[in-house]
Amino acid sequence: MGSQERRFAADMGSLEDIRAFVLPCLADIPTKRKMHVELALEETVVNICSYAYEVPPGELLVRISDDGDRYFLEFEDRGVPFDPLSSDEPDVSAPMEERGQGGLGILLIRRVMDEVHYSREGGLNRLRLVVKKT
Amino acid sequence: MKVDCVDVPKGRVVEVSGRLDTLTAPGFESSALALLGDGIGAMVIDLSELEYISSAGLRSILAVAKKASTDGTTVSLCAMKGVVEEVFSISGFDSFLPVYSTRDEALEAM
Repeated sequence: MGSQERRFAADMGSLEDIRAFVLPCLADIPTKRKMHVELALEETVVNICSYAYEVPPGELLVRISDDGDRYFLEFEDRGVPFDPLSSDEPDVSAPMEERGQGGLGILLIRRVMDEVHYSREGGLNRLRLVVKKT
Repeated sequence: MKVDCVDVPKGRVVEVSGRLDTLTAPGFESSALALLGDGIGAMVIDLSELEYISSAGLRSILAVAKKASTDGTTVSLCAMKGVVEEVFSISGFDSFLPVYSTRDEALEAM
C-alpha cells in the first residue's frame, strides 16, 4: 500500500472526512480489528481537536501506511505540546458517583491498539498508532 | 443512531441502534433524559442493535444513569455484543451498571 497522507482542519467537523480517508485503506483486516481502528481514530481526532490548538481550528495531518503485517496510523499537529500518554488512567473500578468526564478516550486507544507512541519534535505533536492485521 | 422506547409495567425499555459516537451521543443523551421524565422506576437500555460505541457514547450513558439515580430510577443494560461489549469491559462501566445478557433477564430483574 505504501504511505498515504492528507491534511484536514483540526475541527470536529473533519471526523467524517478522516474516517472516509482512513477506513477504505484497511482492506485486509478482520471486522473486529477494523472496529478497533475506527474507535482509536475517533478518540484520537476528538482529542486533538479538543486540546491541541489554543485557537482552533489548526491543521491535522493523517498518514496511514503498512508493512505487510501491521498498519501504522500517524497524526501530526502543530498545537500546544500534548502527550496523551502522560495522563493518569481513570480508575475503572470506581463507583458511578466518582466517574467523571476525562481519560476514557485515551484508555480505549491504549487498550485496543497494539502500540501507541507519542513524540514532540520541532513544534510538532506526533501520535503513532500501530495495529496488527490479525 | 436511532432511539425507540417501549413502556413495560415496571418502567421503560430504551432501544438504541446504530452508532453511539461523538456525533450522535448528544442526541441519545437528550432523548434518554427526556424518557426518564421525573422518575420512571426502572430503565433498561437495550443495546442489541448497537454496532459501535466510543467514549462519547459512554459519557452519555453515564449522564443518563447519574440523572436517573437522583430520581430513584435504576438503569440497567442488556444484550450488548462485539466491540460494544469490549468497550464497556475496558472502561469498567459494566461494574457499576447492571448488565444482562438478554432483554428477558433484564425485564425479570426490574
